[in-house]
Amino acid sequence: MLILDCPYCGVTAEETEFHGGGEAHLKRFGPGSSDEDFEGYLFHRENPRGVHFERWRHVNGCGKWFHVARDTATLEVFGSYSAQVTEPPQEIRDAITAKRPGWRWREFA
Amino acid sequence: MSTRLKEGGRRIDRAKQVEFTFNGKRMSGFEGDTLAAALLANDQVMMGRSFKYHRPRGVVASGAEEPNALVNLGEGGKFEPNQRATTTEIFDGLTAASQNHWPSLDFDVGAINAKLSRFLPAGFYYKTFMFPRFAWKHLYEPIVRQSAGLGRVPKDRDADTYEHYYAFFDVVVIGGGVAGLMAAKSAGEAGAKVLLMEQTPHWGGRAPVDGGEVDGKPVEDFVAATVAALEAMGNVTLRTRMMGAGVYDHGYMLGYQRLRDHAPAAKGPRHRLWRIRAGRIVTATGAIERPLSFAGNDVPGVMLASAVRDYVVDYGVSPGDRVVVVTNNDDAYRTAIAVKAAGLSVPAILDARAGGGGALAEEAKAQGIRVLNGMGVAKVHGKKRVEGVAVCRQAGEGAVEEEIGCDVVAMSGGWSPVVHLWSHCGGKLVWNDKYAMFQPNPEASPTGADGEGFVLAAGVAAGAQTDTDFEGLGLYETLRTAVRAGTQAAAELGFKTRDVALPTVSEHDEVAMEPVWLMPQGAGAKLRMKAWLDYQNDVKVSDVQLAAREGYESVEHTKRYTTLGMATDQGKLSNINGLATLANALGEAIPQVGTTTFRPPYTPISMGAIAGEARAETFQPLRRTPMHDWHEENGAHWEPVGQWRRPYCYPRKGESHAAAVAREVMATRDSLGLLDASTLGKLVVKGPDAGKFLDMLYTNMMSTLKPGRCRYGLMCSENGFLIDDGVVARIDEDTFLCHTTTGGAERIHAHMEEWLQTEWWDWQVYVANVTEQYAQIAVVGPNARKVLEKLTDEDISAESLPFMAWKDVTLDGVNSRVYRISFSGELSYEIAVPASVGRAFWGRLLQAGEEYGVTPYGTEALHVMRAEKGFIMIGDETDGTVIPQDLGLNWAISKKKDDYLGKRAQARSFMDNPDRWQLVGLETVDGSALPDGAYAVAEGTNANGQRNVQGRVTSTYFSPTLGKGIAMGLVHKGPDRMGEVLDFPGTDGKTYKAKIVDPVFYDRDGEKQNV
Ligand SMILES: [Zn+2]
Repeated sequence: MLILDCPYCGVTAEETEFHGGGEAHLKRFGPGSSDEDFEGYLFHRENPRGVHFERWRHVNGCGKWFHVARDTATLEVFGSYSAQVTEPPQEIRDAITAKRPGWRWREFA
Repeated sequence: MSTRLKEGGRRIDRAKQVEFTFNGKRMSGFEGDTLAAALLANDQVMMGRSFKYHRPRGVVASGAEEPNALVNLGEGGKFEPNQRATTTEIFDGLTAASQNHWPSLDFDVGAINAKLSRFLPAGFYYKTFMFPRFAWKHLYEPIVRQSAGLGRVPKDRDADTYEHYYAFFDVVVIGGGVAGLMAAKSAGEAGAKVLLMEQTPHWGGRAPVDGGEVDGKPVEDFVAATVAALEAMGNVTLRTRMMGAGVYDHGYMLGYQRLRDHAPAAKGPRHRLWRIRAGRIVTATGAIERPLSFAGNDVPGVMLASAVRDYVVDYGVSPGDRVVVVTNNDDAYRTAIAVKAAGLSVPAILDARAGGGGALAEEAKAQGIRVLNGMGVAKVHGKKRVEGVAVCRQAGEGAVEEEIGCDVVAMSGGWSPVVHLWSHCGGKLVWNDKYAMFQPNPEASPTGADGEGFVLAAGVAAGAQTDTDFEGLGLYETLRTAVRAGTQAAAELGFKTRDVALPTVSEHDEVAMEPVWLMPQGAGAKLRMKAWLDYQNDVKVSDVQLAAREGYESVEHTKRYTTLGMATDQGKLSNINGLATLANALGEAIPQVGTTTFRPPYTPISMGAIAGEARAETFQPLRRTPMHDWHEENGAHWEPVGQWRRPYCYPRKGESHAAAVAREVMATRDSLGLLDASTLGKLVVKGPDAGKFLDMLYTNMMSTLKPGRCRYGLMCSENGFLIDDGVVARIDEDTFLCHTTTGGAERIHAHMEEWLQTEWWDWQVYVANVTEQYAQIAVVGPNARKVLEKLTDEDISAESLPFMAWKDVTLDGVNSRVYRISFSGELSYEIAVPASVGRAFWGRLLQAGEEYGVTPYGTEALHVMRAEKGFIMIGDETDGTVIPQDLGLNWAISKKKDDYLGKRAQARSFMDNPDRWQLVGLETVDGSALPDGAYAVAEGTNANGQRNVQGRVTSTYFSPTLGKGIAMGLVHKGPDRMGEVLDFPGTDGKTYKAKIVDPVFYDRDGEKQNV
């Protein structure tokens, strides 16, 4: 059972307070998008062994969504940050680089 | 025979006799006995039968690793199967019964399975699954049924209580042997908040039995002094009878405390499950001795050498008069010495090593014990009890050199560190070739949130270290690694530590063990078929070899194929021997074959402890509407809907549910019905962008809705499928009230929040779930307006409050919001009042409606009336694969909007396509009701040989209004096939014929609701 920090209310809490929401930073494709783009948006997900970016919701707490960067193999948490961004902020990327030099995830590094 | 010795037994109190029964027979033991010790003291060596072949089995071990001595304990509400006799403390009145036999332990019909063993090879279950079905039913099932089942399933409700307990510690030490005690002391002295837990009732583990001295005194004295020191430390918590059950992510772990299994008369919960967050976890879990694989190693009386020693030293029990020791290491000599010291006979020690043992061997010889080097057991004689052993050369093929009479065989194949808890959360292991064991790799500890390792192994559980001159598994090394682990754990958490001086230790030097995976080395097929690896699941050396021959190269596959290690003991004894056997059969090294995954819990924990307080009423909260008590008092038959309970109908005395539903429907259609609709979800959506937001959430246009008006809306997932429906009312320019289905309020609220927070976060919208703030009552029927007019002077005429409008009205002095909407097809008002006055207002409506024969109706009448009108129900007509277009709801999908959730998905070729199952009405040819969920069959069969289908029933009722069965269903291109008759085979063997009709069965033009 993971321990995560909610960046909104500042609480450090057990995983049971949160609810996972899958891969972070998906770009929505709506009407008019190609079949390929829409398929990618709806179904294709990263499944890395290592650095990963996820959405979580503090469902049994403040109710807010946020992002978490963590390692799926070692369960190390690099940081949590706002849901209202379209890419990981620099300080999160730096924190990952410090521990996992040369990491890559989708178009981010 | 096995019996109580005249003296000895460090754990028992001979002054306190304890009476208990085994298979109905009265027996007695002493306080401090385990059930296994007490049974042995009563000459009950055979304690059960095996799972598959029902072979007679005796106790093998003395602790948690015991595979054989499983018993049914207690009676009635205290009954529990599969309890290990070795970890059950006896008490006055204990009742135990052995398992896996019929009619009696001594005479068992199922033992016939052993005769069939040729037909029950490895992979028996897998192989038979390929046979034709009739073979299963008539041949295999009776055999499997007879042999299957460990213990009995409890019949009564558990009479005990259980609890969960949350705790936070800096350092948790698992295991209260000398290593655990020393690790806890080291961490505690550094100032860390420490929890030390021990699964047995005793501190010190097996070190006091194994001997040696610490600081010139017996180990027992050192244990007592260390426990006293720990008890004096305010920052250290000590718990016995508490097992480390599992280690999980980020330092989470479970402790399983058995509070009064040993004292059932005591008050309070039986078990307590500790849910612990630890900064560091120290596994001081010791080691488990391995059996040796020789023919007949499962005959009652063949035991682990350490267990024989434990019964003699700890309980003053002799497992037998003549004990032959067979070993591949020095430690087993301790058993021979202890047995001899207790006045029993040791006819021989068979040491498989050609070079024999070290200092302990010399001591044994000095006491006159005969030691045979390079020798092993060819075969054990005896069926229900060991009668003797045939001795052979370990290096040979089993040619018998000598017969020795004995009633106990004490075997030792070396020791395996208990790495389970280290491994639970991903800690890696390394193979130690010298000791032939897997041990923790300290470089690959499970890691916490900060990326640092959070588990440290101490004592024998850490394996043999190489950073020292004292390499080994002895007492000094145990204390040294324990101090190191405790100190390191505290230091890593920031506590100031200092060097701890190690006590002086005197112990025997031991020479290296030599791996023995099969005895004798060249044992032929006949012997291998009697050499057991997994006692509980009856897996033999020959089974694992067969699996390897059949191509099972992965240890995980072999495990499942042979069931090795899959019994309730999780292979604590069999794991390494099985791996080695597989590795040898494959011609590979053991570390290449690898090990199976260790999973929590370490030993089985009670279902009660897992549930804790969450049982009966507290398992899940019950949500009550403001009128709940009235329903209860008026005989409602309840239907669970999510966490709510809604009246299904209100049967009168002697009235069937069907009759009650029919009466409620007719009364509503004829005059006046009342429905408690409070459970409907109510979400307020507010803000300058609320209209724009709802246009994205609903398939239809909500932003154009005028204040004061209502509109039915559909919500889809981004995948296009219908997820909810309900009526939206526009309260003012910025405010909407969205009704959801009863089960949908929380889900749809979360759905809205997700999109607002993660996609359209710059939109100014706020959502609040006000479901429980209002009591909502549907007033339905031709007399609905008349009854409301009795309660107000305000204008609620058809002109002032038309269909699909809402209005704030004071009704009998209560501020009410009246929505004129209808789910029944009748003139209908849904009235929302503050929840606090809901019950009173319901009463007022009943009073005012009396002259119209007002009839409260339940969910079933609601369903019947909506089905008569062809209205869909989320969860009936939808199942997560249905799009609005399938349900003829195109009218509720805006063509003007550029976008809404699900729009892109619904444009995919297979959705934007008439070649789908679509909603129709179904009417049986004879007027009966169609079976729910029945499929309409089509011509031909599919690839699996099953009949093709072309539709299914989604809702079916008997309509009291129309006096016949009505149904809705999804049928392939259904709307184009009006009048066609389809076949619906029922599970009752009958085939129902039904005609495709319009889904609206009643008042097609809506004349009744628009008055
Ligand atoms: Zn929060």
